Amino acid sequence: MNVAPRLAGLVGDAVSPPLLALDHVSISYPTRDGILTAVEDVSFTLSAGERLVLLGPSGCGKSTLLRTVGGFLKPSAGEIRLHGKRIVAPGPDRMTVFQEFDQLLPWRTVLGNVRYALERGKSLPRGQAEEVARHWLTRVGLKNFVDAFPHTLSGGMKQRVAIARAFALEPALLLMDEPFAALDALTRRQMQDELLKLCEETGSTALFVTHGIDEAIRVGTRIIALTPHPGRLAASFDVLPESRVRGTAQFAELERQIQQSVFADPEAEYV
Amino acid sequence: MSDIAAPKLLRAPASQRAFAGTPWRRAVILAGFALIWELYARWLDNPLLLPTMGATLSALWSAILSGELPDRTLTSLRVLTTGYAIGVAVAAILTTLAALSRWGNEALGLLTSMFNPLPAIALLPVALLWFGVGTPSLIFVIVHSVLWPVALACHGGFLAVPPTLRMAGRNLGLSGGRFVVEILVPAAFPQILSGLRIGWAFAWRTLIAAELVFGVSARSGGLGWFIYTSRAQLETASVFAGLLTVILIGLVVEGVIFRTLTRLTVQRWGQEQA
Repeated sequence: MNVAPRLAGLVGDAVSPPLLALDHVSISYPTRDGILTAVEDVSFTLSAGERLVLLGPSGCGKSTLLRTVGGFLKPSAGEIRLHGKRIVAPGPDRMTVFQEFDQLLPWRTVLGNVRYALERGKSLPRGQAEEVARHWLTRVGLKNFVDAFPHTLSGGMKQRVAIARAFALEPALLLMDEPFAALDALTRRQMQDELLKLCEETGSTALFVTHGIDEAIRVGTRIIALTPHPGRLAASFDVLPESRVRGTAQFAELERQIQQSVFADPEAEYV
Repeated sequence: MSDIAAPKLLRAPASQRAFAGTPWRRAVILAGFALIWELYARWLDNPLLLPTMGATLSALWSAILSGELPDRTLTSLRVLTTGYAIGVAVAAILTTLAALSRWGNEALGLLTSMFNPLPAIALLPVALLWFGVGTPSLIFVIVHSVLWPVALACHGGFLAVPPTLRMAGRNLGLSGGRFVVEILVPAAFPQILSGLRIGWAFAWRTLIAAELVFGVSARSGGLGWFIYTSRAQLETASVFAGLLTVILIGLVVEGVIFRTLTRLTVQRWGQEQA
């Protein structure tokens, strides 16, 4: 009688589900000219603390895949599980930072945006939500802009607000949909470094989508390359901490490897 | 991350600030119109066709002093705001349903394309049959004139909300009425505001026209009735005084209420658009 629960516990430990599991996921949607398959038969898992980068050229379905993990789209085959439970709808346990600057609510201040997200996503009372929001805005360097409205901010600052909002909700999984693609090269580099620091400090688990090889190496612990039309897994690379430092031989070597294995023409510009 | 410093702002010189605003241009235009009116009316010299501005103002003044014009105006405004409020409320319910379900969406699309082009005054005979001569008939036609343009503007505004903003809202677990009220309505506020403006103008027109057609009864008639009876008594200056009142109220509502609303919302949020 008392063997069964213990056994169940043992089995549970042995096959403890990964944080995120994609199981033969295909995503297709109807267009005017017929049904388009954006992602085909993709499987991978992600454990806590990992930062997995989905790398690929435009049109490889990487953003579609990310949105499906976010719960905004439904897979047409296969399933996606978070903590072993099937994802059916969006939720604050998977906060997304989008590429577009209009992800902030224009009618709320910088502080209001983060506070509102905490009030709705974590059901915090107003005072506590404000405290947490201030803490995170200070961490992303926006202490002096808490009362500004989003339209008065630069693109990089808007992304900082979105990042603060995502981190403030302490999601199980952070989803980053090319968050720096619309920024200038200098700001992008700075934001990559700062994001990396935040992720390492908080031990966050993240799924990051990008088409930049150097960005992938910089922010990820593991990189999965996708082929275009439709998106399929092409290759996987582990990023060692020493490869993550720009300008080192290891960084250049990994960059070269990825470029060679993913893109037929090694000279192709892919940044 | 290191703190980003706030930018320093300088104040523009006083001479530059004084001429930056629009009020003085409007005042000049208004004075020009008044001058043309006064001169043309004097030259025409036919108070039955076109009274001078002076005569109109003195008719306005005596109508105000006698208490008749304020009475009529209040009657009209009461009917107007009642009809407007009902129209806006029904529009809000319809567009919320349309935002939340495909059936609601189709229903609203069909209804607005059927009823928006239908002039409210054309419904007056039906309203008289259903509600008889009186305020309910007036309110019925005003609701009709407000409902469709406001619903159309709200619906169009909802459809124009950027998909990223929708996803940002749904990411927090918002859905249903809360998603509509806390995300869609503020995001679509520029369009909603212009819909409310158009609705207000339509309501005014419809009310005055309806009152002119059947003034309800002499005792409880509104501004339209005031204009109508003044014309019947060939008091053209009073007709103009009535028209002037309509215009003044329109200016006040537009210049004070809607402008303040715009400044506090869409301008502050950086959403202002045509």
